[in-house]
Amino acid sequence: MAKIVAGVNVSHVPAIGAAWDTGKTNTPYWAPLFKGFDFSKKWIADLKPDVIILVYNDHASAFSLEIIPTFALGCAEEFQPADEGWGPRPVPVVTGHPVLASHIAQSVILDEFDLTIVNKMDVDHGLTVPLTLMFGQPKEWPCKIIPLAVNVVQYPPPTGNRCFNLGKAIKKAVESFPEDLRVVVFGTGGMSHQLQGQRAGLINKEWDSRFLDNLVKDPEADAKIPFLEYVREAGSEGIELVMWLIARGALERDVQEVYRFYHVPASNTALGHLILENKR
Amino acid sequence: MTATKESTRTEPTQGFDDIPGTTLFDAQRSREGYHVNMFCMSLIKAANREEFKKDEAAYLQKWPMTQEQREAVLQRNWGRIIELGGNIYFLSKLFSTDGLSFQHVAATMTGLTQEQYAEMMLKGGRPIQGNRSKSEWQQRG
Repeated sequence: MAKIVAGVNVSHVPAIGAAWDTGKTNTPYWAPLFKGFDFSKKWIADLKPDVIILVYNDHASAFSLEIIPTFALGCAEEFQPADEGWGPRPVPVVTGHPVLASHIAQSVILDEFDLTIVNKMDVDHGLTVPLTLMFGQPKEWPCKIIPLAVNVVQYPPPTGNRCFNLGKAIKKAVESFPEDLRVVVFGTGGMSHQLQGQRAGLINKEWDSRFLDNLVKDPEADAKIPFLEYVREAGSEGIELVMWLIARGALERDVQEVYRFYHVPASNTALGHLILENKR
Repeated sequence: MTATKESTRTEPTQGFDDIPGTTLFDAQRSREGYHVNMFCMSLIKAANREEFKKDEAAYLQKWPMTQEQREAVLQRNWGRIIELGGNIYFLSKLFSTDGLSFQHVAATMTGLTQEQYAEMMLKGGRPIQGNRSKSEWQQRG
């Protein structure tokens, strides 16, 4: 049977992708950030997952204002890196797992989570930057990847509680898949940041730290955080953190914190990173 | 930054208006900014970027946006475009076409130079203390 073994939460700041792609990883600005992923790269290389379910948000790359799906699951064979206005990132094409993805879609829809199924979708920095941080720059990504895009661009995004429960439904779906697969769920985006208006540049380390602590030991507390608190305390783009709750919901109630890294600044953003494993 | 047509807003955004310097991209603003954002999105294609760079005003005529929105785009008045329904992620296609970064554009909206803004970020970012509500901003003057 398939099994979710771990969750990886990580910010997906586009400037990190640009720094990697232009060879700036050893500059004084970026070196400490990339060094924070040395452990993670080794950890995931040892873990060798077969499939990653990667929860991220599309940033006006695959979805315009024509159609705004709240949850969109990528069921295609492959996904091309998106052109976000400066040409596509020079990263490998993302290979999907259409059979498992379709199984998840069927299972969670019958569980009353009305996903949108997407069979053609380019994937932007929201999906590719976490892969770069965890795997560097291989010729091919080392496993299959199922993208799950969440609307956090136009109000209202799904509530944290809805995301947490969707994660639980995904866990149930994966565990009912007959093939033996090791699955890792990625929750991406955040942490505190605001990209717009006179309050741009907001960082709230104390709030981020509490969010991380609760994600490990008391995820129900994080799941109760209302939209307004995210925006006020973590900035207008800090709302991306609801996606970490999908990854957390897909794990067991009791988890082991394997690694944590927090770094300010990554351009406008507080970068957060948390690896959780199901207890064996 | 003031919101567009505040008195006619109908979205369920109670409490949001107390958060300073922040515009909520809700369904109403999404409708107001539809053509601005769709114009920005068109720039994900290299051929469109070339055409836009050749004659910006002519290219903008393809989208039935308001004159105010058109002028704000031509002036790259980022804060104003957001007031008029633009969304930062859509705008990123425009400023990427210009070769500008998120940090550059965020800085211009705060009234700091990019150097001052980058320095603020290096020192840990804009603190939350004093930046939670409009009343705190008013007290500060």
